[in-house]
Amino acid sequence: MSVATQEVRQQKSSIWNDPRFRSLLSQVLLIAAVIWLGWEVISNTMRNLEQQNIASGFGFLDTTAGFGINQSLITYSEESSYGRVFVVGLLNTILVSFLGIILATIIGFVVGVMRLSKNWLIAKIAAVYVEVLRNIPLLLQIFFWYFAVLRSLPSPRASATVLDSFFVNNRGLYVPRPLTEPGFQVVTALFLIGIAATVAIRIWAKRRQDRTGQQFPVLLTGLGLIVGLPVAAFLVLGSPVTLNYPQLKGFNFVGGLRVIPEFVAMLLALSIYTAAFIAEIVRAGILAVSKGQTEAASALGLRPRPTLRLVVVPQAVRVIIPPLTNQYLNLTKNSSLAVAIAYPELVSVFAGTTLNQTGQAVEIILMTMAVYLTLSLLTSAFMNWYNAKMALVER
Amino acid sequence: MKRKLLSFVFGAAFGVAAVSAASAATLDDVKSKGHVQCGVSQGLPGFSNPDDKGNWTGIDVDLCRAIAAAIFGDPDKVNYTPLSAKERFTALQSGEIDVLSRNTTWTMQRDTALGLNFAGVNYYDGQGFMVRKSLGVTSALELAGAAVCTNTGTTTELNLADYFRANNMTYEVVAFEKADEVVRAYDEGRCDVYTTDQSGLYAQRLKLTNPEDHMVLPEVISKEPLGPVVRQGDDQWFNIVKWVLFAAVNAEELGVSSENAEESMKSTNPSIRRLLGVEGDFGPAVGLDKNWAYNVIKMVGNYGEMFDRNVGPDTPLGIARGLNALWTKGGIQYAPRSANGGCGHDDEPGCTCRGQAP
Repeated sequence: MSVATQEVRQQKSSIWNDPRFRSLLSQVLLIAAVIWLGWEVISNTMRNLEQQNIASGFGFLDTTAGFGINQSLITYSEESSYGRVFVVGLLNTILVSFLGIILATIIGFVVGVMRLSKNWLIAKIAAVYVEVLRNIPLLLQIFFWYFAVLRSLPSPRASATVLDSFFVNNRGLYVPRPLTEPGFQVVTALFLIGIAATVAIRIWAKRRQDRTGQQFPVLLTGLGLIVGLPVAAFLVLGSPVTLNYPQLKGFNFVGGLRVIPEFVAMLLALSIYTAAFIAEIVRAGILAVSKGQTEAASALGLRPRPTLRLVVVPQAVRVIIPPLTNQYLNLTKNSSLAVAIAYPELVSVFAGTTLNQTGQAVEIILMTMAVYLTLSLLTSAFMNWYNAKMALVER
Repeated sequence: MKRKLLSFVFGAAFGVAAVSAASAATLDDVKSKGHVQCGVSQGLPGFSNPDDKGNWTGIDVDLCRAIAAAIFGDPDKVNYTPLSAKERFTALQSGEIDVLSRNTTWTMQRDTALGLNFAGVNYYDGQGFMVRKSLGVTSALELAGAAVCTNTGTTTELNLADYFRANNMTYEVVAFEKADEVVRAYDEGRCDVYTTDQSGLYAQRLKLTNPEDHMVLPEVISKEPLGPVVRQGDDQWFNIVKWVLFAAVNAEELGVSSENAEESMKSTNPSIRRLLGVEGDFGPAVGLDKNWAYNVIKMVGNYGEMFDRNVGPDTPLGIARGLNALWTKGGIQYAPRSANGGCGHDDEPGCTCRGQAP
């Protein structure tokens, strides 16, 4: 074959026969179709809303809400706007999800390890916990905890109390509210400095150990820095905090800090339910580390505790993290069931009351969906980062 | 055509476009389906509540049955969709139901901004408060600092806030999604006060452990005209729902009931003759048979019968007619008349009309 014929064939071969071009074209067409679909859905929705005389747009967010909310992390009153209602609901959702994730992780790890215990009773207790709790619908568990909590607590006038400053009744848990006085900022600053210093010492100690093999008591030093230093400063400055005690006034208590029963019930239900799944994940993770690893560690003379800490756990964590992320996402999304027991989270105050008062279903549901999507993506991103950090680095 | 089809598919996915296609002729849809799809509550005794055999009963349910009687001559051709307070408008807007008859308060905001039309008022209500007798409270003005249980997604939350703000009282609102949980939480002592429409308070009180330990306070803090709702843009359907309700009220005023409907056909009173379709011809104008109103009254009853049967003094709710008595009896239930002419112009004996037709 001569050079000339090759050139001819190249000229003749159509651009349609080039696989790279075809794959590029099909992708461009697909993207165009997706964009067109999206545009069609939006414009069609808008047109239909207009035709049916249904109000649309996001102007309602500046309108006065006018209704009350019984738990808010930021200042909120009836004069606040719907936009503020959105933030209040969002923060309440984040609060219960965040604390729920921490609590569920702790319970889940404990139960997961218990299930592997050689002690028959402990292992069976953990097994029953897992099998019972993960097989009952969450909504029922929420109702159970809520009405169990309510029923077991006395009325405000018959509150249970400790030292006349902590009160428990069916309106919630009341504790004294600390009010800071000038000088308290020093304590806060020292606390933050303590944390930073501990992190720095840990990094330094790890490097030194890698280099020389010498260990450094990071834990004790850290405790001294984070707890000891602020406490010392607090005492030196003459306790710059006063307490606002809750008092029974009329029907209910006023003053102090209050935790509403709806929050307690929601937190308990979410964390105890999710912990059952986490326990199984932890158990699977630990069992995934082959027995040979433990035996090898023993052969090297490592005692059981360091074996667990240095050999088994680091390998188990790699197996645990990806499914654990799923459970965290589930817990966050399940927090929307709180509307059933009057915990004022996003779905209750925004997708419920606000939606009913403004009637702007499309906008409000879109915003609510966007919130859960964002929360989930953020959790996911964090866990992926942590996973990458813990992943096996092959050399 | 292609565009129309696509719009329909995507719109249906979003539950919106299907309506614009259907809204033009709800009556035709209903006729071809063979039943009226009626949105009701998830269980409010006296208004819409399934009995122990699963049959829906209540004053709101009777209205659904009356509509079916007017269209099909059979009050049982109704399918019920139980809806929570916050689902109800979306269900109607999206065409999932044909008419919403679910103790819904008529407000301008709902009437104008949601693409809906209120067809009338079948129950004049007002929001009230229920408390434990043991609290020793006699007026709502003594409720400062109280914890109040209520429903989300209703007008009550806003009325509550307005009332306490206007009277400079603090309060704590505990808002649940479903009425059953409100009742339970109030019963367990989570709240000092339960607030909703007064009729609802009387109905829900029956569900408490000891109903007689609780009392409804005298204050009525809002006006709550409750009535059936339809979608905007279908005047024929709007007229049907509106006039079924009016016919029931007019029948009571004219003394026509389910028991004497047949004899009333022979009545000489022109107003009764027109109402029952013996004289005049008002059915075809709204796409119904000539005797639609006769069917409503014969099969379901007049407004007074609906009231007495479901919420009246002889029922567990025991609510007096009060505002819901006819205008001729000291209440404000008043319906426009079916035809001009007639009473006032002729000296027909037995004519009960009061007004002068212009």
